[in-house]
Amino acid sequence: MRKIYFDNAAITRTLPEVKDVMLPYLGEIVGNPSSLHEWGDLPREAVDTARAQVAALIGADNEEIIFTSGGTESNNFAVKGLALAQQNKGKHIIISAIEHFSILYSAKTLEKWGFELTQVPVDKYGIVNPDDIRKSIRKDTVLVSIMHANGEIGTIEPIKEIAEITRKNNIIFHTDAIATAGTIPVNVSDLGVDALSLAGNQFYGPVGVGALWIKKGVRIIPFFDGGIQEGGRRAGTENVPAIVGLGKAAELARIHLSERMEQLIPLRDELMEGLPHKINHVIVTGHPKHRLPGHASFCVEFIEGESMLMLLNSKGIAVSSGSACTSRALKASHVLIAMGLPHEIAQGSLLCTIGLDNNINDVEYMIDTLPPIVERLRQMSPLYAKFIKEGKGGK
Amino acid sequence: MPIYNDKVMDHFMNPRNVGEIENPDGVGEEGNPICGDMMTFYIKVKDDRLEDVKFRTFGCGAAIAVSSMVSEMAKGKTLDEAMKITPQSVAQELEGLPKNKFHCSNLGAQALHKAIEDYLSKKKGLTKDKGEK
Repeated sequence: MRKIYFDNAAITRTLPEVKDVMLPYLGEIVGNPSSLHEWGDLPREAVDTARAQVAALIGADNEEIIFTSGGTESNNFAVKGLALAQQNKGKHIIISAIEHFSILYSAKTLEKWGFELTQVPVDKYGIVNPDDIRKSIRKDTVLVSIMHANGEIGTIEPIKEIAEITRKNNIIFHTDAIATAGTIPVNVSDLGVDALSLAGNQFYGPVGVGALWIKKGVRIIPFFDGGIQEGGRRAGTENVPAIVGLGKAAELARIHLSERMEQLIPLRDELMEGLPHKINHVIVTGHPKHRLPGHASFCVEFIEGESMLMLLNSKGIAVSSGSACTSRALKASHVLIAMGLPHEIAQGSLLCTIGLDNNINDVEYMIDTLPPIVERLRQMSPLYAKFIKEGKGGK
Repeated sequence: MPIYNDKVMDHFMNPRNVGEIENPDGVGEEGNPICGDMMTFYIKVKDDRLEDVKFRTFGCGAAIAVSSMVSEMAKGKTLDEAMKITPQSVAQELEGLPKNKFHCSNLGAQALHKAIEDYLSKKKGLTKDKGEK
């Protein structure tokens, strides 16, 4: 059976070039980068190279890059570490209502530790209004963290505009760029942020490795104590093979960024136009234009996302959904709810994230495959039966 | 391992008794779209037996499989027997449901019971009417 992977927001394939540079560090080359003898030389150089590659991807200085175990650690480290470093100055932080759980729950942990949290709303496209940030700033605000783009709806946030506000108010600004770094142009000076998270498995690098960029001079309280690695900011022997892979993936992403975008954007647009054209009562979620290149997200009315996902899976198509049933916590996506979508519509969430392995045939197969699945589930749905009988106003 | 076993997948992929009964003797609705699962059961009763059972379900794979299984278990049973169908017995017939799905998706038995209660209360109303005449 034909297999189509449309879940690149969950994880991307590790590219063969990336795997090739990693393999020697899984056995062939032995050594700890901290060792002073010659066995440490190669791994140390490899980590330095990777640091330069990651720094180049985002226009940063090498020594500003801290390697981590991935996006979740980078976000936890940033929110808690940056807030704690400034707690003498104040204990108020600002995030948006649609942050990833690794930001949201780090912020909630800070609340337990005595911080106060403001969550700014988003509009119907999932966009944060910079003015809401301005209005939320208090004398004791020490940290603002807003994501560069949301992985569930694809919307890209006005980070530059927010950065102007935080800079004027002398507040540290972190952005979760896990969905964007390696996918669209990300330059820390252009964005004007003070800290930025990224993760390898989002741009064809290995899983289990990420980075936190912190602007020179910005203080952070380390999470892990007990070593001088990463400039004393993250103790622990470096995960050399993964870091090497991340570096290579960053280099490839930097070189091929525009051609990758040129490949993905037409596929995305085809899907975003094709599905609502073929199926009635389908809503595109997120912003129609300001969105990630391979990201097409929808809500299909009157049916539930998991059953749609399972039936697509039976046809060889792998997608994702933000419905309550799909989530382990059995709660509808906080992102869709924050955008003002009613629960029953949010339950029909369908998320297709197109990647480099996909082509137009995959998109066409999807556009042909989904309508009968939706029809089948709607024929089963009491909500659809009600709608047919009573029209949309009926309850 | 896939999250659903073969039996659940079979009922999800080929659900039995989907649809609506015209002029049903009882209708029962359970759940709501906020938690993600909602089921409506329709029954036709003859001589105290469930002559026909149909359902419509909005929900995940488990919810659809549960509805299908309940309809299959209930068809042909007496009302008393059908009232004894429980979420546990449905899950057992399905050879297990994922733990976190047990409560939210397993609403079929309740929806069926509501349909039977609906039938019984209508019947009671009718006999009462007759009695008053």
